[in-house]
Amino acid sequence: MAKAETLETIYGLIAPINKKGIDLKPGATFAVDLELDSLTVMDLVAEIEDEFDIVLPLNMLPDLETIEQVADAVEKIVSEG
Amino acid sequence: MDLLDKFDSIVELRASLPFEKADPFKVVIDEVISETEAIIGGRHTILAGTNNYMGMTFDEGAIDAAKDALDNFGTGTTGSRVLNGTYGGHKALEAAIADFYDMEHCMVFSTGYQANLGMISALGGKDDYVIIDADSHASIYDGCSMGNATIVRFKHNDYENLERRLRRLPEDAGKLLVVEGVYSMLGDAAPLKEILEIGKKYGCMTLVDEAHSMGFCGENGRGVAEQLGVEDLVDFYLGTFSKSVGTVGGFAVSNHPKFDVLRFVSRPYIFTASLPPSVVASATKSIEAIKRSGNRRAHLWENARRLHDGLKNAGFNMCTPEAQSPIIAVHLPDVMQGTKFWERLLLEGVYANMAAPPATPAGMFLLRISVCAQHTTEQIDEIIARFVRTAEAVGMDV
Ligand SMILES: Cc1ncc(COP(=O)(O)O)c(C=O)c1O
Repeated sequence: MAKAETLETIYGLIAPINKKGIDLKPGATFAVDLELDSLTVMDLVAEIEDEFDIVLPLNMLPDLETIEQVADAVEKIVSEG
Repeated sequence: MDLLDKFDSIVELRASLPFEKADPFKVVIDEVISETEAIIGGRHTILAGTNNYMGMTFDEGAIDAAKDALDNFGTGTTGSRVLNGTYGGHKALEAAIADFYDMEHCMVFSTGYQANLGMISALGGKDDYVIIDADSHASIYDGCSMGNATIVRFKHNDYENLERRLRRLPEDAGKLLVVEGVYSMLGDAAPLKEILEIGKKYGCMTLVDEAHSMGFCGENGRGVAEQLGVEDLVDFYLGTFSKSVGTVGGFAVSNHPKFDVLRFVSRPYIFTASLPPSVVASATKSIEAIKRSGNRRAHLWENARRLHDGLKNAGFNMCTPEAQSPIIAVHLPDVMQGTKFWERLLLEGVYANMAAPPATPAGMFLLRISVCAQHTTEQIDEIIARFVRTAEAVGMDV
Protein backbone atom coordinates (compact mmCIF):
# COMPACT_ATOMS: atom_id res chain seq x y z
CA MET A 1 0.00 0.00 0.00
CA ALA A 2 1.42 3.32 -1.15
CA LYS A 3 2.73 5.90 1.29
CA ALA A 4 0.59 8.97 1.99
CA GLU A 5 3.43 11.12 0.73
CA THR A 6 3.47 9.45 -2.69
CA LEU A 7 -0.30 9.74 -2.96
CA GLU A 8 -0.19 13.42 -2.01
CA THR A 9 2.40 14.13 -4.67
CA ILE A 10 0.26 12.42 -7.29
CA TYR A 11 -2.87 14.26 -6.11
CA GLY A 12 -0.92 17.47 -6.58
CA LEU A 13 -0.15 16.54 -10.19
CA ILE A 14 -3.77 15.59 -10.89
CA ALA A 15 -5.28 18.72 -9.31
CA PRO A 16 -4.79 21.03 -12.34
CA ILE A 17 -6.50 18.56 -14.69
CA ASN A 18 -9.24 17.59 -12.25
CA LYS A 19 -11.67 19.94 -13.99
CA LYS A 20 -14.77 18.36 -12.44
CA GLY A 21 -13.35 18.73 -8.91
CA ILE A 22 -13.75 15.02 -8.17
CA ASP A 23 -12.70 13.95 -4.66
CA LEU A 24 -9.19 12.49 -4.98
CA LYS A 25 -8.78 9.22 -3.12
CA PRO A 26 -6.64 6.11 -3.59
CA GLY A 27 -9.41 4.11 -5.25
CA ALA A 28 -10.39 6.80 -7.79
CA THR A 29 -10.04 5.58 -11.38
CA PHE A 30 -8.62 7.79 -14.12
CA ALA A 31 -11.00 6.85 -16.90
CA VAL A 32 -14.31 6.53 -15.05
CA ASP A 33 -14.12 8.60 -11.83
CA LEU A 34 -11.87 11.40 -13.07
CA GLU A 35 -13.16 11.21 -16.65
CA LEU A 36 -9.69 11.75 -18.10
CA ASP A 37 -9.24 10.87 -21.76
CA SER A 38 -6.26 8.79 -22.81
CA LEU A 39 -4.29 11.81 -24.01
CA THR A 40 -4.65 13.62 -20.70
CA VAL A 41 -3.62 10.47 -18.88
CA MET A 42 -0.56 10.34 -21.12
CA ASP A 43 0.45 13.88 -20.16
CA LEU A 44 -0.10 13.00 -16.52
CA VAL A 45 2.14 9.96 -16.84
CA ALA A 46 4.88 12.18 -18.27
CA GLU A 47 4.53 14.54 -15.29
CA ILE A 48 4.68 11.68 -12.83
CA GLU A 49 7.80 10.38 -14.56
CA ASP A 50 9.50 13.75 -14.29
CA GLU A 51 8.38 14.33 -10.70
CA PHE A 52 9.75 11.00 -9.45
CA ASP A 53 12.58 10.82 -11.98
CA ILE A 54 11.51 7.39 -13.21
CA VAL A 55 10.29 5.73 -16.40
CA LEU A 56 6.74 4.37 -16.38
CA PRO A 57 6.77 2.13 -19.46
CA LEU A 58 3.83 2.23 -21.84
CA ASN A 59 3.42 -1.52 -21.39
CA MET A 60 2.47 -1.03 -17.72
CA LEU A 61 -0.26 1.52 -18.26
CA PRO A 62 -3.17 -0.85 -19.04
CA ASP A 63 -2.82 -2.30 -15.50
CA LEU A 64 -2.85 1.07 -13.78
CA GLU A 65 -6.48 2.08 -13.39
CA THR A 66 -6.56 3.76 -9.98
CA ILE A 67 -4.44 6.43 -8.30
CA GLU A 68 -3.28 3.89 -5.74
CA GLN A 69 -2.13 1.44 -8.41
CA VAL A 70 -0.04 4.20 -9.95
CA ALA A 71 1.38 5.15 -6.56
CA ASP A 72 2.31 1.52 -5.85
CA ALA A 73 3.95 1.19 -9.25
CA VAL A 74 5.89 4.41 -8.74
CA GLU A 75 7.18 3.26 -5.35
CA LYS A 76 8.16 -0.10 -6.76
CA ILE A 77 10.11 1.52 -9.61
CA VAL A 78 11.74 4.03 -7.28
CA SER A 79 12.85 1.30 -4.86
CA GLU A 80 14.24 -0.82 -7.71
CA GLY A 81 15.82 2.25 -9.30
CA MET B 1 -23.04 -12.03 -25.44
CA ASP B 2 -22.70 -10.05 -28.68
CA LEU B 3 -19.04 -9.24 -29.23
CA LEU B 4 -19.93 -6.21 -31.32
CA ASP B 5 -21.85 -4.50 -28.51
CA LYS B 6 -18.67 -2.94 -27.22
CA PHE B 7 -18.61 -0.72 -30.31
CA ASP B 8 -22.05 0.78 -29.73
CA SER B 9 -20.59 4.08 -28.52
CA ILE B 10 -18.66 4.39 -31.78
CA VAL B 11 -21.80 3.72 -33.80
CA GLU B 12 -23.63 6.38 -31.77
CA LEU B 13 -20.87 8.94 -32.21
CA ARG B 14 -20.85 8.43 -35.96
CA ALA B 15 -24.63 8.65 -36.13
CA SER B 16 -24.54 11.99 -34.29
CA LEU B 17 -22.38 13.70 -36.92
CA PRO B 18 -24.31 16.13 -39.11
CA PHE B 19 -23.51 14.71 -42.54
CA GLU B 20 -26.21 15.19 -45.09
CA LYS B 21 -24.83 14.54 -48.52
CA ALA B 22 -21.45 12.88 -47.96
CA ASP B 23 -19.58 10.96 -45.29
CA PRO B 24 -15.78 11.30 -45.06
CA PHE B 25 -15.38 7.64 -44.18
CA LYS B 26 -17.48 6.39 -47.08
CA VAL B 27 -16.17 8.40 -50.01
CA VAL B 28 -16.12 6.48 -53.27
CA ILE B 29 -13.95 7.69 -56.10
CA ASP B 30 -15.79 6.71 -59.26
CA GLU B 31 -13.32 7.80 -61.85
CA VAL B 32 -9.73 9.02 -61.69
CA ILE B 33 -9.03 11.69 -64.29
CA SER B 34 -5.42 12.40 -63.36
CA GLU B 35 -3.07 12.59 -60.36
CA THR B 36 -5.02 15.63 -59.19
CA GLU B 37 -8.60 15.19 -60.39
CA ALA B 38 -11.37 12.65 -60.00
CA ILE B 39 -15.12 12.20 -60.23
CA ILE B 40 -16.65 11.80 -56.77
CA GLY B 41 -20.41 11.51 -56.39
CA GLY B 42 -20.81 12.64 -60.00
CA ARG B 43 -18.80 15.83 -59.39
CA HIS B 44 -15.53 16.90 -60.91
CA THR B 45 -13.26 17.17 -57.87
CA ILE B 46 -9.73 18.43 -57.18
CA LEU B 47 -7.86 15.78 -55.20
CA ALA B 48 -6.13 17.45 -52.29
CA GLY B 49 -5.91 14.62 -49.80
CA THR B 50 -4.31 11.61 -51.44
CA ASN B 51 -0.67 11.49 -50.14
CA ASN B 52 0.33 11.39 -53.81
CA TYR B 53 3.05 13.97 -53.13
CA MET B 54 5.23 13.38 -56.17
CA GLY B 55 2.32 12.59 -58.48
CA MET B 56 3.82 9.29 -59.61
CA THR B 57 0.58 7.31 -59.96
CA PHE B 58 0.43 7.87 -63.72
CA ASP B 59 4.15 7.91 -64.43
CA GLU B 60 4.53 6.43 -67.90
CA GLY B 61 7.68 4.46 -67.11
CA ALA B 62 6.09 2.99 -63.98
CA ILE B 63 2.91 2.01 -65.85
CA ASP B 64 4.78 0.41 -68.75
CA ALA B 65 7.01 -1.55 -66.38
CA ALA B 66 3.97 -2.79 -64.47
CA LYS B 67 2.27 -3.93 -67.69
CA ASP B 68 5.40 -5.78 -68.78
CA ALA B 69 5.69 -7.47 -65.40
CA LEU B 70 2.03 -8.53 -65.56
CA ASP B 71 2.56 -10.08 -68.98
CA ASN B 72 5.79 -11.82 -68.03
CA PHE B 73 5.34 -12.76 -64.38
CA GLY B 74 1.58 -12.87 -63.83
CA THR B 75 -0.72 -11.23 -61.33
CA GLY B 76 0.84 -12.41 -58.07
CA THR B 77 3.63 -14.36 -56.40
CA THR B 78 1.30 -16.47 -54.23
CA GLY B 79 3.93 -16.81 -51.53
CA SER B 80 6.17 -15.45 -48.83
CA ARG B 81 9.40 -13.58 -49.50
CA VAL B 82 11.29 -16.44 -47.80
CA LEU B 83 9.67 -19.20 -49.87
CA ASN B 84 8.48 -18.78 -53.45
CA GLY B 85 7.73 -15.04 -53.25
CA THR B 86 11.11 -13.51 -54.14
CA TYR B 87 11.47 -12.81 -57.88
CA GLY B 88 14.30 -11.07 -59.65
CA GLY B 89 12.13 -7.95 -59.57
CA HIS B 90 12.04 -7.92 -55.76
CA LYS B 91 15.84 -8.07 -55.62
CA ALA B 92 16.13 -5.32 -58.25
CA LEU B 93 13.73 -3.14 -56.24
CA GLU B 94 15.76 -3.68 -53.07
CA ALA B 95 18.90 -2.72 -54.97
CA ALA B 96 17.19 0.41 -56.34
CA ILE B 97 16.13 1.53 -52.86
CA ALA B 98 19.56 0.79 -51.35
CA ASP B 99 21.05 2.89 -54.15
CA PHE B 100 18.50 5.69 -53.55
CA TYR B 101 19.55 5.83 -49.88
CA ASP B 102 23.19 5.12 -50.66
CA MET B 103 23.11 2.27 -48.17
CA GLU B 104 24.12 -1.37 -48.30
CA HIS B 105 20.99 -3.34 -47.49
CA CYS B 106 17.27 -3.17 -48.11
CA MET B 107 14.29 -5.33 -47.22
CA VAL B 108 10.98 -4.85 -49.04
CA PHE B 109 7.80 -5.57 -47.07
CA SER B 110 4.25 -5.85 -48.38
CA THR B 111 3.20 -2.53 -46.77
CA GLY B 112 4.81 0.25 -44.76
CA TYR B 113 2.58 -0.76 -41.87
CA GLN B 114 4.14 -4.20 -41.92
CA ALA B 115 7.62 -2.73 -42.28
CA ASN B 116 7.15 -0.94 -38.94
CA LEU B 117 5.65 -4.03 -37.32
CA GLY B 118 8.48 -6.15 -38.67
CA MET B 119 11.36 -3.86 -37.79
CA ILE B 120 10.26 -2.74 -34.33
CA SER B 121 9.04 -6.15 -33.13
CA ALA B 122 12.24 -7.85 -34.31
CA LEU B 123 14.74 -5.24 -33.12
CA GLY B 124 13.19 -4.62 -29.71
CA GLY B 125 13.77 -7.81 -27.69
CA LYS B 126 12.63 -8.70 -24.18
CA ASP B 127 15.38 -6.86 -22.32
CA ASP B 128 15.54 -3.91 -24.72
CA TYR B 129 13.88 -0.50 -24.71
CA VAL B 130 12.02 1.06 -27.60
CA ILE B 131 11.69 4.82 -27.27
CA ILE B 132 9.00 6.48 -29.39
CA ASP B 133 7.53 9.92 -30.01
CA ALA B 134 4.07 10.25 -28.45
CA ASP B 135 2.53 11.26 -31.82
CA SER B 136 3.86 8.22 -33.66
CA HIS B 137 1.83 6.58 -36.41
CA ALA B 138 -0.34 3.60 -35.45
CA SER B 139 2.06 1.22 -37.20
CA ILE B 140 4.83 2.24 -34.78
CA TYR B 141 2.58 1.75 -31.77
CA ASP B 142 1.43 -1.60 -33.14
CA GLY B 143 5.04 -2.67 -33.76
CA CYS B 144 5.66 -1.91 -30.08
CA SER B 145 2.65 -3.97 -28.97
CA MET B 146 3.77 -6.86 -31.11
CA GLY B 147 7.27 -7.04 -29.65
CA ASN B 148 8.48 -7.75 -26.13
CA ALA B 149 10.54 -4.63 -25.42
CA THR B 150 9.78 -2.06 -22.74
CA ILE B 151 8.19 0.94 -24.42
CA VAL B 152 9.08 4.47 -23.38
CA ARG B 153 7.30 7.44 -24.88
CA PHE B 154 8.50 11.04 -25.06
CA LYS B 155 6.59 14.24 -25.75
CA HIS B 156 6.16 15.00 -29.44
CA ASN B 157 9.31 16.47 -31.00
CA ASP B 158 10.56 17.51 -27.53
CA TYR B 159 14.20 16.48 -27.32
CA GLU B 160 14.67 17.71 -23.77
CA ASN B 161 11.81 15.50 -22.69
CA LEU B 162 13.49 12.67 -24.63
CA GLU B 163 16.81 13.24 -22.91
CA ARG B 164 15.22 13.18 -19.44
CA ARG B 165 13.81 9.75 -20.26
CA LEU B 166 16.96 8.34 -21.82
CA ARG B 167 18.98 9.43 -18.80
CA ARG B 168 16.83 7.17 -16.61
CA LEU B 169 17.36 4.00 -18.66
CA PRO B 170 20.11 1.49 -17.88
CA GLU B 171 23.27 2.54 -19.65
CA ASP B 172 24.12 -0.84 -21.14
CA ALA B 173 20.61 -1.88 -22.22
CA GLY B 174 19.71 -2.22 -25.92
CA LYS B 175 17.75 0.83 -27.07
CA LEU B 176 15.90 1.59 -30.28
CA LEU B 177 14.82 5.20 -30.83
CA VAL B 178 11.97 5.44 -33.36
CA VAL B 179 10.93 8.77 -34.89
CA GLU B 180 9.32 10.08 -38.06
CA GLY B 181 10.72 12.71 -40.42
CA VAL B 182 7.37 14.41 -40.96
CA TYR B 183 4.30 13.72 -38.82
CA SER B 184 1.32 13.09 -41.03
CA MET B 185 -1.49 14.79 -39.17
CA LEU B 186 -0.12 18.32 -38.67
CA GLY B 187 2.56 18.04 -41.35
CA ASP B 188 5.26 19.18 -38.95
CA ALA B 189 8.88 18.12 -39.47
CA ALA B 190 10.95 16.65 -36.63
CA PRO B 191 14.08 18.35 -35.22
CA LEU B 192 16.02 15.25 -36.21
CA LYS B 193 19.46 16.72 -35.59
CA GLU B 194 18.83 17.29 -31.89
CA ILE B 195 16.75 14.13 -31.45
CA LEU B 196 19.23 11.80 -33.14
CA GLU B 197 22.27 13.37 -31.49
CA ILE B 198 20.69 12.85 -28.07
CA GLY B 199 19.73 9.30 -29.04
CA LYS B 200 23.31 8.55 -30.03
CA LYS B 201 24.67 10.16 -26.86
CA TYR B 202 22.69 7.60 -24.84
CA GLY B 203 23.66 4.63 -27.00
CA CYS B 204 20.45 4.20 -29.02
CA MET B 205 20.18 2.61 -32.42
CA THR B 206 17.91 4.84 -34.48
CA LEU B 207 15.04 4.15 -36.87
CA VAL B 208 13.63 7.04 -38.91
CA ASP B 209 10.30 6.57 -40.68
CA GLU B 210 10.37 8.86 -43.72
CA ALA B 211 6.90 7.80 -44.98
CA HIS B 212 5.77 11.42 -45.40
CA SER B 213 9.12 12.95 -46.34
CA MET B 214 10.66 10.57 -48.88
CA GLY B 215 10.62 11.98 -52.37
CA PHE B 216 10.86 15.68 -51.65
CA CYS B 217 12.90 16.40 -48.50
CA GLY B 218 16.64 16.59 -49.02
CA GLU B 219 18.60 17.02 -52.22
CA ASN B 220 18.03 13.42 -53.31
CA GLY B 221 14.59 13.12 -51.78
CA ARG B 222 15.65 10.71 -49.05
CA GLY B 223 13.81 12.56 -46.32
CA VAL B 224 14.25 14.93 -43.41
CA ALA B 225 17.48 13.30 -42.18
CA GLU B 226 19.08 14.13 -45.52
CA GLN B 227 17.58 17.63 -45.51
CA LEU B 228 19.12 18.30 -42.09
CA GLY B 229 22.43 16.63 -42.94
CA VAL B 230 22.23 13.96 -40.23
CA GLU B 231 22.10 10.80 -42.31
CA ASP B 232 25.15 9.44 -40.47
CA LEU B 233 23.04 9.27 -37.29
CA VAL B 234 20.41 6.99 -38.86
CA ASP B 235 20.82 3.23 -38.42
CA PHE B 236 17.58 2.24 -40.16
CA TYR B 237 15.35 4.14 -42.55
CA LEU B 238 11.82 3.02 -43.02
CA GLY B 239 9.53 4.01 -45.86
CA THR B 240 6.48 3.24 -47.91
CA PHE B 241 5.54 3.05 -51.59
CA SER B 242 2.01 4.19 -50.79
CA LYS B 243 2.73 7.92 -50.84
CA SER B 244 5.41 9.56 -53.02
CA VAL B 245 6.17 6.31 -54.84
CA GLY B 246 2.53 6.02 -55.92
CA THR B 247 1.82 2.32 -55.39
CA VAL B 248 1.82 0.03 -52.34
CA GLY B 249 4.51 -1.61 -50.22
CA GLY B 250 7.12 -0.77 -47.60
CA PHE B 251 10.84 -1.03 -46.99
CA ALA B 252 13.68 -0.70 -44.52
CA VAL B 253 17.29 0.13 -45.41
CA SER B 254 20.48 0.02 -43.38
CA ASN B 255 24.25 -0.26 -43.51
CA HIS B 256 24.28 -2.73 -40.65
CA PRO B 257 26.39 -5.76 -41.66
CA LYS B 258 23.96 -8.17 -39.94
CA PHE B 259 20.83 -6.58 -41.41
CA ASP B 260 19.87 -9.58 -43.55
CA VAL B 261 19.22 -11.81 -40.53
CA LEU B 262 16.00 -9.83 -40.05
CA ARG B 263 14.59 -11.70 -43.05
CA PHE B 264 14.55 -14.84 -40.86
CA VAL B 265 13.18 -13.35 -37.66
CA SER B 266 10.74 -10.65 -38.71
CA ARG B 267 7.32 -12.26 -38.69
CA PRO B 268 5.47 -9.55 -40.69
CA TYR B 269 8.09 -10.11 -43.41
CA ILE B 270 7.81 -13.89 -43.38
CA PHE B 271 4.16 -14.71 -42.76
CA THR B 272 2.52 -12.81 -45.58
CA ALA B 273 2.66 -12.95 -49.38
CA SER B 274 5.15 -10.76 -51.20
CA LEU B 275 4.18 -7.85 -53.44
CA PRO B 276 2.93 -8.73 -56.93
CA PRO B 277 5.50 -8.33 -59.73
CA SER B 278 3.61 -5.43 -61.35
CA VAL B 279 3.70 -3.40 -58.12
CA VAL B 280 7.38 -4.21 -57.68
CA ALA B 281 8.17 -3.11 -61.23
CA SER B 282 6.31 0.19 -60.96
CA ALA B 283 7.85 0.94 -57.56
CA THR B 284 11.33 0.39 -59.01
CA LYS B 285 10.71 2.70 -61.97
CA SER B 286 9.05 5.29 -59.78
CA ILE B 287 11.95 5.40 -57.28
CA GLU B 288 14.47 5.72 -60.09
CA ALA B 289 12.44 8.58 -61.53
CA ILE B 290 12.06 10.32 -58.15
CA LYS B 291 15.81 10.35 -57.79
CA ARG B 292 16.07 12.49 -60.93
CA SER B 293 13.06 14.67 -60.09
CA GLY B 294 14.67 17.85 -58.79
CA ASN B 295 12.24 20.05 -60.70
CA ARG B 296 9.22 18.23 -59.41
CA ARG B 297 10.51 18.56 -55.86
CA ALA B 298 10.92 22.30 -56.37
CA HIS B 299 7.40 22.69 -57.79
CA LEU B 300 5.92 20.63 -54.95
CA TRP B 301 7.51 22.96 -52.39
CA GLU B 302 6.28 26.01 -54.33
CA ASN B 303 2.77 24.58 -54.23
CA ALA B 304 2.99 23.81 -50.52
CA ARG B 305 4.21 27.31 -49.68
CA ARG B 306 1.64 28.98 -51.93
CA LEU B 307 -1.19 27.02 -50.33
CA HIS B 308 0.06 27.67 -46.81
CA ASP B 309 0.46 31.41 -47.46
CA GLY B 310 -2.92 31.63 -49.17
CA LEU B 311 -4.84 29.92 -46.38
CA LYS B 312 -2.93 31.79 -43.69
CA ASN B 313 -3.64 35.14 -45.35
CA ALA B 314 -7.30 34.19 -45.65
CA GLY B 315 -7.29 33.86 -41.86
CA PHE B 316 -7.30 30.10 -41.36
CA ASN B 317 -5.78 28.75 -38.17
CA MET B 318 -2.75 26.88 -39.55
CA CYS B 319 -1.25 23.84 -37.79
CA THR B 320 2.34 24.87 -38.60
CA PRO B 321 3.77 28.42 -38.77
CA GLU B 322 5.08 27.77 -42.28
CA ALA B 323 4.94 24.93 -44.80
CA GLN B 324 7.23 22.26 -43.33
CA SER B 325 6.03 19.56 -45.74
CA PRO B 326 3.39 19.16 -48.48
CA ILE B 327 0.89 18.38 -45.74
CA ILE B 328 -0.93 21.62 -45.00
CA ALA B 329 -3.41 21.29 -42.14
CA VAL B 330 -5.83 23.78 -40.63
CA HIS B 331 -7.55 23.63 -37.26
CA LEU B 332 -11.31 23.43 -37.20
CA PRO B 333 -13.15 24.56 -34.09
CA ASP B 334 -14.99 21.34 -33.24
CA VAL B 335 -16.38 18.15 -34.66
CA MET B 336 -19.67 19.73 -35.81
CA GLN B 337 -18.03 22.60 -37.68
CA GLY B 338 -15.35 20.23 -38.92
CA THR B 339 -17.88 17.83 -40.35
CA LYS B 340 -19.88 20.59 -42.03
CA PHE B 341 -16.75 22.18 -43.43
CA TRP B 342 -15.46 18.93 -44.87
CA GLU B 343 -18.81 18.10 -46.49
CA ARG B 344 -19.32 21.58 -47.93
CA LEU B 345 -15.76 21.60 -49.30
CA LEU B 346 -16.41 18.32 -51.10
CA LEU B 347 -19.57 19.77 -52.64
CA GLU B 348 -17.42 22.71 -53.75
CA GLY B 349 -15.25 20.15 -55.54
CA VAL B 350 -12.23 19.72 -53.28
CA TYR B 351 -11.41 16.43 -51.59
CA ALA B 352 -9.31 16.89 -48.43
CA ASN B 353 -9.00 14.70 -45.33
CA MET B 354 -10.95 15.28 -42.18
CA ALA B 355 -8.82 14.16 -39.26
CA ALA B 356 -10.25 13.59 -35.80
CA PRO B 357 -9.16 11.93 -32.56
CA PRO B 358 -7.71 9.38 -31.95
CA ALA B 359 -5.66 9.84 -35.13
CA THR B 360 -4.89 13.45 -34.17
CA PRO B 361 -2.96 14.71 -31.14
CA ALA B 362 -4.64 16.44 -28.19
CA GLY B 363 -8.21 15.94 -29.40
CA MET B 364 -7.79 18.23 -32.41
CA PHE B 365 -10.10 18.42 -35.41
CA LEU B 366 -8.21 19.12 -38.58
CA LEU B 367 -8.70 19.52 -42.24
CA ARG B 368 -5.65 18.14 -43.88
CA ILE B 369 -4.53 18.78 -47.43
CA SER B 370 -1.76 16.87 -49.11
CA VAL B 371 -0.29 18.83 -51.99
CA CYS B 372 0.83 17.10 -55.18
CA ALA B 373 3.74 18.07 -57.42
CA GLN B 374 1.30 17.83 -60.34
CA HIS B 375 -1.10 20.41 -58.93
CA THR B 376 -0.95 23.50 -61.10
CA THR B 377 -0.65 26.95 -59.59
CA GLU B 378 -4.25 27.55 -60.77
CA GLN B 379 -5.45 24.48 -58.88
CA ILE B 380 -3.72 25.66 -55.71
CA ASP B 381 -5.41 29.06 -56.03
CA GLU B 382 -8.71 27.34 -56.71
CA ILE B 383 -8.32 25.23 -53.53
CA ILE B 384 -7.71 28.42 -51.53
CA ALA B 385 -10.74 30.15 -53.08
CA ARG B 386 -12.97 27.16 -52.36
CA PHE B 387 -11.75 27.01 -48.75
CA VAL B 388 -12.76 30.65 -48.32
CA ARG B 389 -16.19 30.07 -49.91
CA THR B 390 -16.71 27.00 -47.72
CA ALA B 391 -15.88 28.88 -44.54
CA GLU B 392 -18.46 31.52 -45.52
CA ALA B 393 -21.07 28.91 -46.38
CA VAL B 394 -20.78 27.12 -43.03
CA GLY B 395 -20.49 30.34 -41.06
CA MET B 396 -16.99 29.70 -39.76
CA ASP B 397 -15.09 32.74 -38.55
CA VAL B 398 -11.67 32.95 -40.15
C1 LIG C 1 4.53 7.38 -40.54
C2 LIG C 1 3.91 6.26 -41.29
N1 LIG C 1 4.51 5.07 -41.32
C3 LIG C 1 3.99 4.04 -42.00
C4 LIG C 1 2.81 4.14 -42.68
C5 LIG C 1 2.22 2.93 -43.35
O1 LIG C 1 2.31 2.98 -44.71
P1 LIG C 1 1.58 1.94 -45.65
O2 LIG C 1 0.45 2.68 -46.28
O3 LIG C 1 2.62 1.54 -46.64
O4 LIG C 1 1.12 0.78 -44.83
C6 LIG C 1 2.16 5.38 -42.72
C7 LIG C 1 0.94 5.53 -43.53
O5 LIG C 1 -0.08 5.93 -43.24
C8 LIG C 1 2.71 6.46 -41.98
O6 LIG C 1 2.08 7.64 -41.94
